[in-house]
Amino acid sequence: MNEVIRTERISKYYQTGSFEVKAVDKVDLRVEEGEFLAIIGASGSGKSTFLNLIGCLDVPTEGEYYLDGVLVNGLSKNKLADIRNQKIGFVFQGYNLLSRTTALDNVELPLIYNRRDKIKNPKGLAIEALKKVGLEDRMYHDPSELSGGQQQRVAVARALVNNPAIILADEPTGNLDSKTSEEIIELFKSLNRQGVTIMLITHETDVAVHAQRVVEFKDGIIIRDEKQGKKQIAL
Amino acid sequence: MIGWKLIKISFESIGKNKLRSFLTILGIIIGVSAVIIMISIGLGAQREIEARIASLGTNLILVTPGTSSSGGVRQAAGSFSRLTIEDFDLLKKEATYLEGVSPVIMTRGQVIGGVGNWNTIISGVSMDYLTIRFWDVESGYSFTESDIKGKKKVCILGKTVAINLFPDSDPVGQKIRIRNVPFRVIGVLTEKGQSVGGSDSDDIIIAPYTTVKTRLSGRNFIPQIMCSAINSDFIDLAQEEVRELMRLSHNLDPYAGDQDNFTVRNQSEITEAQTESTQIMTTLLASIAGVSLLVGGIGIMNIMLVSVTERTREIGIRVALGARESDILTQFLVEAVVLSLFGGLLGIILGFGGIYLVEAISGMATAVDTDAILLAFSFSGVIGVLFGFLPARKAASLNPIDALQFQ
Repeated sequence: MNEVIRTERISKYYQTGSFEVKAVDKVDLRVEEGEFLAIIGASGSGKSTFLNLIGCLDVPTEGEYYLDGVLVNGLSKNKLADIRNQKIGFVFQGYNLLSRTTALDNVELPLIYNRRDKIKNPKGLAIEALKKVGLEDRMYHDPSELSGGQQQRVAVARALVNNPAIILADEPTGNLDSKTSEEIIELFKSLNRQGVTIMLITHETDVAVHAQRVVEFKDGIIIRDEKQGKKQIAL
Repeated sequence: MIGWKLIKISFESIGKNKLRSFLTILGIIIGVSAVIIMISIGLGAQREIEARIASLGTNLILVTPGTSSSGGVRQAAGSFSRLTIEDFDLLKKEATYLEGVSPVIMTRGQVIGGVGNWNTIISGVSMDYLTIRFWDVESGYSFTESDIKGKKKVCILGKTVAINLFPDSDPVGQKIRIRNVPFRVIGVLTEKGQSVGGSDSDDIIIAPYTTVKTRLSGRNFIPQIMCSAINSDFIDLAQEEVRELMRLSHNLDPYAGDQDNFTVRNQSEITEAQTESTQIMTTLLASIAGVSLLVGGIGIMNIMLVSVTERTREIGIRVALGARESDILTQFLVEAVVLSLFGGLLGIILGFGGIYLVEAISGMATAVDTDAILLAFSFSGVIGVLFGFLPARKAASLNPIDALQFQ
């Protein structure tokens, strides 16, 4: 199995006055290709900071971070931007779609900044991604014309479009009702079955139970890391 | 490749906020149109003054007698009249850069004829005079070589004189009496209007200088010789040539250190001064308008800065999805430049409308200058870069984590 993520004593410290806040403290974590991993923890446990580090939106104070076999520490801002573009697919709590922009154009957005691949038909790729989330009939709608669940599906399609190494989902069901939440979780599970590696952050335990593996953060360190049996997934 | 996509993004973003985009560029529109209108008005005034001076003859060279000194006391100009018919003949015969040469012998007198009498200036000149002054005969004809040789008592009336003496009839062929000397009217000059100095150019009678000299002025000397260069490029050469010929004619010895006892001047010196003053006016008008263009640029910066704050979340999303800082910078910079160039374009259209209005309402002369339009347009582009840079920098340097959490 290929290692998608490996952190070695990765840390993020903030200086507030004379106090040093250890948001993430010497965390070691390995995630293999095809895993569906849930990170849980109370607010302030450091899970969001950890996600920002994994998502290359933030740089660690200490420690090493390998993404898809590449050491990310010390890379230039431009290289980090390219990694975000090609290796990571973000799904946010608030969907974060561009307003007054069609679903199709939103999904196409990461392709615009893709400097690696010579993309001949960005529209085709975007439509393909929208098909994966079952929204091809809504592609010319603006976000304001879509329901919360549909918007989140567009966001998932956008995360998929560049074939990233991992999808990072930050509270993807936080703004959704329980029924829609389930649909989104089902979408993640089906994508995972197709081989997509997913790291999901949540504070809702009923969301976390769907993951194969649950990692719990508290005060910047991992206090629990266990694989869940097939029985539990079936529930 | 990515550059084109960024330009496309900028255009889309402008299109999505049409009203705000329009308000943003309003300052530029007004600024550019102000620059164009002001320069056109200034230039129009300049052209009009130039045209008036040209109507006097920009190729004009005047020879007047110099001053004399009597025991070290310098007398008034012309006090020692030394221009003679011989000077005129020599210039006429030898000068190569001159198109026309004419003596001018002016005298004022009462003219009787037609319905009454009139007091006017009588100019004794040669046939070249009309060419030199760009004057034309409206009806009748001008006098000929034989009229001059024969000292014929013929004359051409200026429009004002013609109207005052012959309000209802054609003066050509009529007899008039100038200081009791009978003259036959052979032509009427076309109307010239006011001169630059403000006097009436049409209040004049011209006649052969030979006739005026013997019949009216009775003096042997010529107060003035008027010449025109073959064209304005040769004006300096022509002036120098006239000076040389005049020195020859007056037997002035350069080795003995004889000074010129005459003055040669040309009209272009007056023209230059006049044009310079209108140029200063144009520059002044344009700089005032330029300030409004600058204010327009500050307006763009202002709205762009607000827009960056408003679109913080969008910027965060783009950065999270892999936009580099330079991509964000380019996007906002292109947006600012496109906005201001578009403003420039609308400003040009508005400017043309403004010029049309100014002409229609005030009757002021205007002249559209393509250079001014290009300048105003490219200046609006420069303003876009200049005032778009700060907001674009602000957008590019946003922290994506904060930007994504921005509400």
